Amino acid sequence: MNDRQNVQQQFNRRWFLEQCGVGLGSIALGSLLGNGALAAPVAADPLAPKQPHHTPRAKHVIFLFQAGAPSHLELFDNKPELAKLDGKLPPAELIEGYRAAFINPNSTLLGPKFKFARHGQSGAEISELLPHLAEVVDDVAIVKSLVTDAFNHAPGQIMMNTGSQQFGRPSFGAWTTYGLGSESRDLPGFVVLNSAKKGTSGGASNWGCGFLPTVYQGVPLRSQGDPVLFLSNPPGIDAQSQRESLDALATLNKMRLDAVGDPEIATRINSFELAYKMQTSAPDLMDISRETPETLAMYGAEPGKPSYANNCLLARRLVERGVRFVQLFHEAWDHHGGLTNGLKEQTALTDKPSAALIKDLKQRGLLNDTIVIWGGEFGRTPMVQGGNDGRDHHPNAFTMWMAGGGIKPGITLGETDPFGFNVTGDKVHVHDLHATLLHLLGFDHTKLTYRFQGRDFRLTDVHGRVVEKLLG
Amino acid sequence: MKRVGSVCAMLLWASSTVAAEPVDFKRDIQPLLVKHCYECHGPVKQEAGLRLDQRDPAFKGGDVGNTIVAGKSGESVILQALTGASEAVSRMPLDRDPLPSEQIELVRRWIDEGATWPADEPGEQQDKRRDHWAFKTPVRPSVPAVKNEAWPRGDVDRFILAKLEAEGLSPSSEADRITLLRRLSLDLIGLPPTIAEVDAFLADETPQAYEKQVERLLASPHYGERWGRHWLDAARYADSDGFEKDKSRAMWLYRDWVVGALNRDLPYNQFLVEQLAGDQLPGATQDQIVATGFLRNSMLNEEGGIDPEQFRMEAMFDRMDALGKSMLGLTIQCAQCHDHKYDPLTQADYYRLMAFLNNDHEAQPTVYGPEGLAKCQQLLGEMNRIEMGLKEATPDWQSRMAAWEASAAGNQPEWHVLQPTTHVDTGGGAKLSLLADQSMLCAGYAPTHCTFRVEGTTPLKTITGLRLELLTDPNLPHGGPGRSYKGTAALTQINVEAQAADGSGKLEGQKIAAASADFEQTETPLEAVFDDRSGKKRVVGPVSFAIDDKNETAWGIDAGPGRRNQARKAVFRFEKPIAFDAGVKLAVSLAQNHGGWNSDDHQNNLLGRMRVSVTDASEPAADPLPAHVRKIISIPAGERTPEQVATVFSYWRTTVAEWKDANDQIESLWRQWPEGSTSLVLASRDNARETRMLKRGDFLKPGDPVTAGVPEVLHDLPADAQPTRLSLARWLVDPASPTTARVMVNRVWQAYFGTGIVSTSEDLGVQSETPSHGELLDWLACELMDSGWSLKQLHRTIVQSATYRQSSNVSPELAERDPYNRLLARGPRFRVEGEIVRDVALAASGLLNPKLGGESIYAPIPESLLALSYAPLTWNEERGPNRYRRALYTFRRRSLPYPMLQNFDTPNGDFSCVRRQRSDTPLQALTTLNEVIFTECARALAQRTLAEAPADDPQRIAHAFRLCVSRTPSDVECQTLLDLLGKQRERIAEGWLNVREIATGENALPGKLPQGATPADLAAYTVVARVILNLDETITKP
Repeated sequence: MNDRQNVQQQFNRRWFLEQCGVGLGSIALGSLLGNGALAAPVAADPLAPKQPHHTPRAKHVIFLFQAGAPSHLELFDNKPELAKLDGKLPPAELIEGYRAAFINPNSTLLGPKFKFARHGQSGAEISELLPHLAEVVDDVAIVKSLVTDAFNHAPGQIMMNTGSQQFGRPSFGAWTTYGLGSESRDLPGFVVLNSAKKGTSGGASNWGCGFLPTVYQGVPLRSQGDPVLFLSNPPGIDAQSQRESLDALATLNKMRLDAVGDPEIATRINSFELAYKMQTSAPDLMDISRETPETLAMYGAEPGKPSYANNCLLARRLVERGVRFVQLFHEAWDHHGGLTNGLKEQTALTDKPSAALIKDLKQRGLLNDTIVIWGGEFGRTPMVQGGNDGRDHHPNAFTMWMAGGGIKPGITLGETDPFGFNVTGDKVHVHDLHATLLHLLGFDHTKLTYRFQGRDFRLTDVHGRVVEKLLG
Repeated sequence: MKRVGSVCAMLLWASSTVAAEPVDFKRDIQPLLVKHCYECHGPVKQEAGLRLDQRDPAFKGGDVGNTIVAGKSGESVILQALTGASEAVSRMPLDRDPLPSEQIELVRRWIDEGATWPADEPGEQQDKRRDHWAFKTPVRPSVPAVKNEAWPRGDVDRFILAKLEAEGLSPSSEADRITLLRRLSLDLIGLPPTIAEVDAFLADETPQAYEKQVERLLASPHYGERWGRHWLDAARYADSDGFEKDKSRAMWLYRDWVVGALNRDLPYNQFLVEQLAGDQLPGATQDQIVATGFLRNSMLNEEGGIDPEQFRMEAMFDRMDALGKSMLGLTIQCAQCHDHKYDPLTQADYYRLMAFLNNDHEAQPTVYGPEGLAKCQQLLGEMNRIEMGLKEATPDWQSRMAAWEASAAGNQPEWHVLQPTTHVDTGGGAKLSLLADQSMLCAGYAPTHCTFRVEGTTPLKTITGLRLELLTDPNLPHGGPGRSYKGTAALTQINVEAQAADGSGKLEGQKIAAASADFEQTETPLEAVFDDRSGKKRVVGPVSFAIDDKNETAWGIDAGPGRRNQARKAVFRFEKPIAFDAGVKLAVSLAQNHGGWNSDDHQNNLLGRMRVSVTDASEPAADPLPAHVRKIISIPAGERTPEQVATVFSYWRTTVAEWKDANDQIESLWRQWPEGSTSLVLASRDNARETRMLKRGDFLKPGDPVTAGVPEVLHDLPADAQPTRLSLARWLVDPASPTTARVMVNRVWQAYFGTGIVSTSEDLGVQSETPSHGELLDWLACELMDSGWSLKQLHRTIVQSATYRQSSNVSPELAERDPYNRLLARGPRFRVEGEIVRDVALAASGLLNPKLGGESIYAPIPESLLALSYAPLTWNEERGPNRYRRALYTFRRRSLPYPMLQNFDTPNGDFSCVRRQRSDTPLQALTTLNEVIFTECARALAQRTLAEAPADDPQRIAHAFRLCVSRTPSDVECQTLLDLLGKQRERIAEGWLNVREIATGENALPGKLPQGATPADLAAYTVVARVILNLDETITKP
């Protein structure tokens, strides 16, 4: 579609009546990713589904973000050597030039706190803390060789979620929604769910749209009260009053459109109609009591009791409804102390639902085109912090897992040294992870760009390479 | 969202070249090469061996050859590349939109006409990027001739009309008066006109009726609020630090400074100078110092475990970005890691510019609002009068003071500063850095409970006492000496261990026999803000509390407002002298456990800057003289300034017993001293920091040092300029500056017409969009400078133009021809900015509290949103009149953007923003339908309508309608709303609707009803009012 056609289409007054609310034809990516820097008038539905650069393997993403940085040494990266060296100082060459957040790098090593065993046909090694993940491990790719640039939480989370330590860049979810649009007509394209006792270090920037249009920003859904902010009518306005009000509003707005001819009025009329639909669809989405007891039990979800488990189940329901990108935030893993009990507590809350999500997506045939990602902003030091039950922040090596959507199942990728300190094989930088995930979503990560301040920005900045070994 | 530039570029291009005229390389072709080709085939990179910035290499061609074959466009690879017709070469520019066909056609014609590429004149610069228009000082262009002489009201219109005529378009007719006043009012003050204002304007038949409205609105204090908000976007203003802790910060005085400066029409050049270097102006006022908050609006990370220097550098980068976007209009931040890819800006240019900004304290001094400032002045005056009285009554005061000085001089033992070898926060998190005077400055994370451990050795063989100095520092709140929100601190306990300096033996605890201090509080319960939820009674008091081994007691140094932020000292005398022949190694532990429960908020009570000294003198005790007085009396009497003499006097008089009455009077005046706020500002350092190039912008990889300087491509810095911010500021506002004035007039234009003359308002560089009216831009820039940089005059010039006054109605033909209204054949029409969306509802409903300035207010926020905060957060929702302040005053927390404003594209201050998005989403619809302030506005509008309009439904509806959109509804519009009203009344009568809830928001009867109105009326009108408040027209500039 060229510019003129697009403009014409915008202007056609009947367009919004005919086209909106029902499946819009795909708009070619090329017309979206132009170089134009104009503050364009509100254009044809910016969330309409779009074709990426190549045929995508995945259409949806569910990112289970474990904020605070879970210890790879207790969960995935088994280091028997480290156990033997417990209480000893690390080799000088290992920590030369190393900057730690809290500890003196020359602190004693701390052996792993939990046992590991191999599981599934793939024989992946997993901690005893993750028995449920062990059941689905053949569907999962474990990557032990993640590397990031930041070792403080807020910059680290922003790095993982936006590809930059600097605030103000679009998040992964925003890029994805910008590139692909959404298949849901009455829910936001990028949805955020939060569990745990507090918010994330990186705050709303973790799901922000940066310089992309506001419509691509993540919308937090809430488990209590209005699922979407301002969703409920004011007290006393019932369904009929609301419909009558919106009808009057649309009538008056249409009169104005006829009088002044500004096509933006058509967009606003449409926005009010979509808002009205969302008033029904969002509560319907959130009502997990309609799930079967078996499903609820599989996740450990309980209607009316907000939890990570409920959020995992909601993630499936969102993807079922065509939402493009779902991100869970669970800020609970910053174990400078109380590592042993902290991990027990958090894995008890998260292991079962995370694994259930894989099973559930698979049994519904959704896993094929949905990528599920699990991980935090960095790893933790093999050196102890405090007494003998804590670890500091560590950016040089950490573990994530992912499944579905074209990820090669049943593999473990990457190696670290005997301390779990440095990556020794198949290094995957955060930029590489992003490049790979974008590849699965149908994008050449070097071409998914947005022109801002005279420069074409990318999720992967000027870095990133697709990790072929992760592709199924 | 479709973002299109090429349509306009095409129109522009078509108009700027006349078909018959031969193509001129320098005019027509080289700019295309600069813009689209140089990045990969220019001075820096030569992809595929091709270089297009010089004639010979260009004709020689790249690896493929035949790049330009003169006279044969068909054989020229460059043309094939542009059209995508080549098998061998990818379509160019690679991965970008192709050039518009008109531009490709130009290249074809140029080649076919012989590809004339004139050699450079001798002395002509090699870098063609420097020829870009925005790197040349704007020169006032001549005003173009137009055919339709009747239309223009001024020169702006001639530029616009000339282009319209060239395009074969005509301007639209003038908008009707109501539309004009509404547009003007929303533009100039961000509020809709009242009904009375509309009526007055309609009734004004004088020829100057419109101009009178312009002047009225420009004189309104709300003008500064409206336009100040634009500047605050550029200044990335926020009320919190950002990052994980995201603590609140006091920057509202800076916000009020911006509003005030615009209201008094501070010339724009001075506006910039004060923000970059107000503190360096001679006799700088508090206002001018506060103005430097522009640079300090950067985010601040105090997360546990951070390296403060890393985030100071992040802030430096952010300041450069803000300077570049908001003032220079260049994307200088692109040169942070490498030479700029498009503009002739080198990485060295970047760091040379940064060197101007890199020599400051991150200061946060005490500042006062207008009332506080007046109170301070009054009290100081009274104190001065009393002191003058003493001096007058005591003619020999000078000799008496000299005698006292003589007795005080030399009565102190020698103190040996301990050189720390280790200085850490053993609690983990806070970072101590060692300064040149061996003091330690605490920064970064600010835990509420921690212990600093300082180790060092001294050659002294015997130590009888230890002195702990608490020093002030500009980087501490209120200048310190502590890190508490008042700049105070509390020392819970000091413990000292010692061993021989050679390391033999063990560190052994040393018993402290006595402690003395130059200031100590009387025993006082700890302030509520420091409650640690332990339930224990915790106190601050005399310095003996620091050696009593009790965790609940601490030495407190809060001397009250006006006097608490000065250096303090305590001396600890050991029970037995510490004696080692080899000298002594000391380990000093400073326990500070008198903070509150929440380390994520302003609850620390830490030492900010401290220094340890030791002595071998007998019976050491703290010098009662404050350090600053001690310092002055060491200056020979003849060399002291009058201020220094006065300072000594003010201390000395307190020691004169016979002056007790006067001293008591002054003491009681001090107790009236107002509490100040802080404001983040800049303060020059005495010792210049060295600025180095950073490899790839990494602060851990410093490269060569640089000196302060300006980019070579821009105008020169005066040869004698000092490397100060003031030099930079004055350079920036030099009339020779190619960008400064253009950037601002372009942004003002953008605010009026939706798009700047250069649509990329943050970037006028080589990659910027071609200006829609380049000459007008220069004309306006020159007007701004020639008017003495008066922004109000600029506004007058624009809003009085016929261009601005056009009707915004758009025909399908025009919408198709010029969808983005770049040619301005019609007036601007678009949704108002987020803040104004709320302000319009508040104003229309009558709820608006128009109070100006002051601390930011906690507008209502959904409870569930607070749960998304990392740091525990108190949000004391306003219940009083502050609830309905303009949205400008809503507290802006970076990690938790205010949802109503965020939904309407308001930036959250993470980085400088000079161009907002303008979106239209279902979440916006939900916001204006259901957000609590909007629903309160609907009820209030219903109340107001019933109270103000005659008891007749059509008249009531017309009244409510006018309050929201200024005009009277048409009959059919009125009927639509009457139908809605009727349906609600019917359902109320039938009992389907809950009148109480609709009318009051809760299950209660309305407290006060307008005369003759029933609760049912109020409920039915609330429904109608909600619809009117949600009209597209209500939130749109017409």
